[in-house]
Amino acid sequence: MNILICGVGGQGVLLFSRLLANLALTAGLDVKKSEVHGMAQRGGSVTSHIRWSKRVYSPLIEEGTADIIVAFEQLEALRYSHFLCPNGWLIYDPLRIEPLPVQIGLVEKVTDDFLRKRLNARAPSNRPVPAFATACNLGNPRVQNMVMLGAVSHLLEFPVSLYHQVIELLVKPQFVQLNLEAFAAGRDLWAQAAPK
Amino acid sequence: MQRHLLSGDEAVARGAWEAGCGVAAAYPGTPSTEILENLATYSDVYCEWSVNEKVALEVALGAALAGVRSLAAMKHVGLNVAADPLFSAAYIGIRAGLVIITADDPGLHSSQNEQDNRFYGLFAKLPVLCPSDSQEAKDFVKLGFEISEQFDIPVLVRLTTRVAHSSSIVTLSERTTQPAKGYEKQLHKTTLLPAFARLRHIDLEQRLARLQKYSEATALNQIDMGNPDLGIICDGVAYQYAREVFPQASFLKLGMVYPFPAQLVLNFAEKVRQLVVIEEVDPFIELQTRALGLNVTGKDRLPRTGELNPRVIRVTLTSRAPKVTPEEEIPNRPPALCPGCPHLGLFYSLQKQKVIIGGDIGCYTLGALAPHQAMDTCIDMGASITFAHGVDKALSANDPRPRLAVIGDSTFFHSGITGLINTVYNQSNVITIITDNRTTGMTGHQDHPGTGKTLMGKETKAVDLEELCRACGVENVIRVDPYQLQQTRKVIRQVIAEKKPAVIISQRPCALLAGPQGPAKKVDPDKCIGCRACLALGCPALSFEKEKAVIIATSCTGCGMCAEICPREAIG
Repeated sequence: MNILICGVGGQGVLLFSRLLANLALTAGLDVKKSEVHGMAQRGGSVTSHIRWSKRVYSPLIEEGTADIIVAFEQLEALRYSHFLCPNGWLIYDPLRIEPLPVQIGLVEKVTDDFLRKRLNARAPSNRPVPAFATACNLGNPRVQNMVMLGAVSHLLEFPVSLYHQVIELLVKPQFVQLNLEAFAAGRDLWAQAAPK
Repeated sequence: MQRHLLSGDEAVARGAWEAGCGVAAAYPGTPSTEILENLATYSDVYCEWSVNEKVALEVALGAALAGVRSLAAMKHVGLNVAADPLFSAAYIGIRAGLVIITADDPGLHSSQNEQDNRFYGLFAKLPVLCPSDSQEAKDFVKLGFEISEQFDIPVLVRLTTRVAHSSSIVTLSERTTQPAKGYEKQLHKTTLLPAFARLRHIDLEQRLARLQKYSEATALNQIDMGNPDLGIICDGVAYQYAREVFPQASFLKLGMVYPFPAQLVLNFAEKVRQLVVIEEVDPFIELQTRALGLNVTGKDRLPRTGELNPRVIRVTLTSRAPKVTPEEEIPNRPPALCPGCPHLGLFYSLQKQKVIIGGDIGCYTLGALAPHQAMDTCIDMGASITFAHGVDKALSANDPRPRLAVIGDSTFFHSGITGLINTVYNQSNVITIITDNRTTGMTGHQDHPGTGKTLMGKETKAVDLEELCRACGVENVIRVDPYQLQQTRKVIRQVIAEKKPAVIISQRPCALLAGPQGPAKKVDPDKCIGCRACLALGCPALSFEKEKAVIIATSCTGCGMCAEICPREAIG
């Protein structure tokens, strides 16, 4: 299983990928995860690669071989869509965060219409999951990652109890309850986000 | 056995702890920072953020000579700073094990170059170990201490970003306590006066000859025969990529790349039909393999720049790389200063001024980018002030552009102080601006001599920047709050007009540490005239839609800088 997670620095991509990798670990699989810290985290484009199997060598996913891409932002979803394997799933938050050069008017903004068309062309199996909006409704935009995890859980083979176990293990005690609620909200969102 | 998912950095820390390491020192630098952050969570190891990498290595060497297993960790360019003690440490040797971690950054994820520090082994004459995953990172550090003690030499362990910041499964062991050997004066060994050092050099060559034999026989270097048609020599994370692309091939995996196991390589070459060296960045293994008279495929095909990955190897070395759709052409997302970052205020005040600005290394290096473009250089830690001094000496008085330097607080302590003293001693009119955000920001908020707290969480004396600069001989030292834009700009203009050396301390805690200053600001669309003046601040919380400024409420920290800029009082 190859999962590429992408987003913008500060969105909680790294905790999300830590949770996923620990799920695989707890399930007894070999797992590797690779990400980049430092400069890239300052509002830049952030990716995390997770691979699990009986035996994993490379910590990096090859272009064209990601089974699932989880994108916390739409532009980032398209930016890394070439990693997706032919029948792969693209789960993305329809949230848009414009890069600074766009915000200050140096580079032209990409239209929503263009984005949607390109995403549909590149990833026929895609599903927009409004995780950020849901997290805001829950009172804390920072649990966007847990909402996303809840949605993605429908595509993975692990039982829900394992997610709870890993969340309780890795999240600070005072935030566990909120994170579990966000996870549950994400699970509910999956069905609602299905194309009608 | 319990399995744990550890990053390479966490595994290095664990390995050092298990090996009974007693003293560890480092200066933060991506991708090495998490080593000391993790090691400091074990209660029985003394850990410190040293002022710079040279200091860290000297501290670790001192501790090793005092009979305690010690570790120094740094990023690749940090080892340049520590190169002076590195070369001496090889001559001197140790009393208890000394392991030095260099975390290289192929691909320049967060660095100014992608130098290959395996060459330091050849250059400074010490063994180099290259782990390929977290389990090896832990094991190699432990073995590194043993090799260090067996051969009386410091051992260099080289990580790369994809080892340091990748996580994989590790089995843990308990700590082995090491007997305290104590300090004993060994004048001929530790005092590198020419007469003694000549003898130490001879001794070092003998130690290297013994290490050469060790390298030929150690399990660190292993042949794994598969199909003999293709023989691959590789090290580090390149091994993992190569295994992925060529699962059937024969492998010579080098865990110890220096001293080079020449005989083992010759033996391997005899067993296989085609020899390929797969390594990241420079041809370190390849050069030594070619020196044996062997014909290999390597950097004639594989790139010398950037990271390797399975795809790059597949495309360059095989004819069966599946086609992938090209990347979409969409706007890049370069890193940016955070919403409410105090540096925004400083760079806003500096932009569009006719000045020459030497830049330095930290978050504030981003001030070189649009919209501020308020920085001319990024060279190495501390080079802002010295660059500006050199410019001042080269240009005549006919070039009226003031010479400025912008340097962070942690970087100033690291290696800016010497440059500042130099400007005073050698009389240049450099204006040094210290962006004092009370932390080491870029690497994730580490303490430094100005914060009053140590890595182990102890209160300590905070060095007063203002007093320090005055003691260096700068008479004109002024503190400003970069959130006060008008005041900051006024001070900069005033200091420039005075035409004498000055230090401006632009002081305000990092926005990520300080948290929101108040509720998110709002733009009144009726008052906003769409002049875009606020966008010049470069704050990521500010955007522009339908000819009006917009504030992204979830990003805004309420700092109010944009409100000060707005000519129509539309932001409140």
